[in-house]
Amino acid sequence: MAALELLSDEGYRADGRRATELRKVRARMGVFAQADGSAYIEQGNTKALAVVYGPHETRGPRSKALSERAVLNCQYSMATFSTAERKRRPHGDRKSAEMALHLKQTFEAAVLTELYPRSQIDLYVQILQADGSNYCACVNAATLAIIDAGIALRDFVCAGSAGLAEDAALADLSYIEEAAGGPQAALAMLPGSGAMALVQMDARLHHERLEAVMDAAAAACRAVHAVLEEAVRERAREVTALLGE
Amino acid sequence: MASVVLSEAEKLYIIHGVQEDLRVDGRGCEDYRCAEVETDVVSNTSGSARVKLGHTDILVGVKAEMGTPKLEKPDEGYLEFFVDCSANATPEFEGRGGEELGTEIASTLYRIFSSEGSVDLKSLCINPREHCWVLYVDVLLLECGGNLFDAISIAVKAALFNTRIPKVRVLEDEEGSKEIELSDDPYDCIRLNVDDVPCIVTLNKIGYRHVVDATLQEEACCLASLLIAITSKGALTCMKKIGKGSLDPESIFEMMETGKKVGKSLHASLQKVLDEEESLGTTRQKVGFLG
Repeated sequence: MAALELLSDEGYRADGRRATELRKVRARMGVFAQADGSAYIEQGNTKALAVVYGPHETRGPRSKALSERAVLNCQYSMATFSTAERKRRPHGDRKSAEMALHLKQTFEAAVLTELYPRSQIDLYVQILQADGSNYCACVNAATLAIIDAGIALRDFVCAGSAGLAEDAALADLSYIEEAAGGPQAALAMLPGSGAMALVQMDARLHHERLEAVMDAAAAACRAVHAVLEEAVRERAREVTALLGE
Repeated sequence: MASVVLSEAEKLYIIHGVQEDLRVDGRGCEDYRCAEVETDVVSNTSGSARVKLGHTDILVGVKAEMGTPKLEKPDEGYLEFFVDCSANATPEFEGRGGEELGTEIASTLYRIFSSEGSVDLKSLCINPREHCWVLYVDVLLLECGGNLFDAISIAVKAALFNTRIPKVRVLEDEEGSKEIELSDDPYDCIRLNVDDVPCIVTLNKIGYRHVVDATLQEEACCLASLLIAITSKGALTCMKKIGKGSLDPESIFEMMETGKKVGKSLHASLQKVLDEEESLGTTRQKVGFLG
């Protein structure tokens, strides 16, 4: 079987994009009325849904509550029909637990948890269709959901992924590009300060190439930030119109 | 189910309203909430549908995979149901909290579809005793606003209507070994006939009357409900009573009659919506969750 050419000689990727081009991002806040905050994001064919409940009283043992800040509880779940091969268990396996921990780590850096002592914030992310950059879509959807819930954040958290093909850094990987086995990095960043909440890289990468890949990922984050900000403004316009301002 | 806390006064208000055929949101006892049905929402499935009934949001994906037929039915394919009550609906469903409700709904779906003739299983057979199509119907519960069974059955019917199973040819060579060849054309597929697929109508007994399509608040006031599965022709395929209270026989017959009437009109409206979507074909604007 011929190896998949990640970047053709003319500079086009498998789905027709350029090396630094992102897939089409569409986002919507306030998808569900019953949850405190919810958001939906589509990055190309990857569809993610995030729902936030809270801040509310800690469920379960009282000892879990922290006296000086809120507890952030995350769950990552993939629908059984989201992947090309049917997935047997939506959550509860190691990969979902790992992703949930990553999300928790990412958002604990951004949410101002000191403002909500002795309470719990629940963040549930669901992948409806998985086509690469699942973690990034989750983080972007979760940011919008947290903003929709009215929970205080230091800054947006935007995530982007990047890989390497020959010498060119590719931004926003799709499933085929991730499965090709080359180096891939995922980055969650607070765009205002440029601070990184989570950096993750897989496969071997020469240190001389690291900067190029990181820059591509950071550029992807900033591009997504523009879309997320627009989504929040649109939502604010909708809500103020409904309130009759 | 997701629980809602109601005071005694609120419960009385709902019960008294229902006696006068006036529910909290202005509907009559036999009216459904405004429902939105959209098919083909998830692209890497064989068929999918999303149903939004008031605050209840269901997403169903159907994946067709090749498998071996069951021993007792060697010339038929089969359906497998899986219901995932996601934590999106309520934090109580986090982790394994939603498993109990999920298995209850899945077993109800199995019972309804076990009746002969609801789906033409013989059309799913490729090679008797060796290969057949297995349809994995996965239900994802996104938001729980009451009346789950009805919404799920509508979504399952819409998703099965939308399912496109690729056409396969069985090639037999000289040694007798069989090879399965998938058609090259991605649009060359078989569709399922969903005319006899039943829909569930849940009737909740509140006070002396019964209501169709109860919200969470109304479900908290009802002691007993009757779940009936009706086909588009009005045939009753399955019946189940749920809830802590008991029903007397006259109520059950009354509820069945109402259920049949409501069920037939439900099937008619659903089929109209599905046919309209089908007629738009590829020009249809897919809205999904963005609308």
